[in-house]
Amino acid sequence: MIQKPSAIAWRDIGVPLAVLLAALALWEALVRWKNIPPYILPAPSVILAKLIEDRELLFSSLLVTLGVTIEALIIATVCGVALALLIAQSKWLERALLPFAITLQVTPIIAIAPLLLVYLQPGNAVLVCAFLVAFFPILSNTSLGLASVDFGLRDLFDLYRASPWQKLIYLRLPSALPQFLAGLRIGGGLALIGAIVAELAAGASGQGTGLAYRIVEAGFRLDIPRMFAALALISLSGLAIYGALAALSYVLLRGWHESARAQDE
Amino acid sequence: MSAREIADVQVTAPALVSLRAVGKIFPSGLVALADYDLDVRDGEILTLLGPSGCGKSTVLRLIAGLASPTAGAIDWSAPQVKNNIGVVFQDATLLPWASVFDNVFLPLRLKGVPRQAASPRIEEALAHVGLLNFSRALPRELSGGMRMRCAIARALVTRPTLMMMDEPFAALDEVTRFKLNDDLLALKRRFGATIVFVTHSVFEAAYLSTRIVVMSRRAGRLIDEIEIDPAIPRDDDYRSSRTFADVCRRASQALRVSIEEATP
Repeated sequence: MIQKPSAIAWRDIGVPLAVLLAALALWEALVRWKNIPPYILPAPSVILAKLIEDRELLFSSLLVTLGVTIEALIIATVCGVALALLIAQSKWLERALLPFAITLQVTPIIAIAPLLLVYLQPGNAVLVCAFLVAFFPILSNTSLGLASVDFGLRDLFDLYRASPWQKLIYLRLPSALPQFLAGLRIGGGLALIGAIVAELAAGASGQGTGLAYRIVEAGFRLDIPRMFAALALISLSGLAIYGALAALSYVLLRGWHESARAQDE
Repeated sequence: MSAREIADVQVTAPALVSLRAVGKIFPSGLVALADYDLDVRDGEILTLLGPSGCGKSTVLRLIAGLASPTAGAIDWSAPQVKNNIGVVFQDATLLPWASVFDNVFLPLRLKGVPRQAASPRIEEALAHVGLLNFSRALPRELSGGMRMRCAIARALVTRPTLMMMDEPFAALDEVTRFKLNDDLLALKRRFGATIVFVTHSVFEAAYLSTRIVVMSRRAGRLIDEIEIDPAIPRDDDYRSSRTFADVCRRASQALRVSIEEATP
């Protein structure tokens, strides 16, 4: 059945928004009814007031964190796709390079961050952390996409004696696009996590300017509403990154790939 | 006129490509073809008929250059024939992200023909398969029959001397299949390419072909070869004619022998 766009918008945005508003109302009511002090659990209205009161501090920190996340995601995309293309050219390169990429992936970033802070400036350490966690899903998904070209289409390109370059441009890259975009969506979320983890590590040593540092700082001062306000901004940033990448994926795959069509139907 | 008498009509036509003692053994050890001989004659519609796994698709892939024989030789009458083959696979194998126009453009694009120069030929090919009004559509928006028409247009756009068709209509319903059979014959009359057609349908083989080769399931051994007069008009009268019934009966018998041979 074909649904009107307004019906889809209500289903995808309206329903979760209604649930969120109901939960916030319940939270607000509970705090007021039980007279819970703000240093234990601040009401949503108090958090919102804090967000407005500290807006300059919090939003400048938000820009720092978002900037690092986006920068790291761009570098991870360039490096991930470049390495995936290299690996796709030769099994030997894959054997030589993939174990290192996997090692980086399986080593928890929280364990690497303090070491990076020893060697690098805090800003650079945060960037490297965010890059390291975003890099692998983009690399592995793009590699998978480049390797999973339809056999029939491969035959067709062989039949017309396509050069390796033509195969890459007209067949392998478009074939890999859905998997690459899936990797990018995962990488986008992970880049934010990487940046936050590194900021927390940096914050523990008293250095930093990002949102996670504001959480650590507010924690020291027992300013619980500001902790919640910073947390809310981090969650919203994560949602915005995911939403933007999902929209990009939808625009690029609409009409031909199952993943984008499933949202239409 | 019996099928045997028709046999003499085309035998004299020169071979475009000849398979001599060709064998194909896959790396797994599976013998797909052994000591296989076949001449594809200029201008004919040759159908390879046989049960699943008899090696008919392998023959097609070997001729198209998509696989190499492990024994024997494939001789071409002229190198330009080898370099201008059109193939239609069982699946339409269209680029899902590209429009109908861009899919048909692909073989020319890969040969380095600029889009503008290729455009009239693409439109001509699309017009011949009745898809001119769908040139901007994506494959997902087309029916199975239309996707197959697009694949045929793509194969025709390079004006191939030899067209290889691997069970192209197997997945389509009967009505669409009949329609596409007629369209294919009309295209053949217009473009004149030699066609090698693979099918497991006796009726399709009898309707389309000027020659049917029935293959055994045992490594592609030849069971029977049936010639059909190319002068007979292929229409509903032919479908209900004695000749058609004779060809079908003989092809069915050969097919039965082929299947029984393979059953241990």
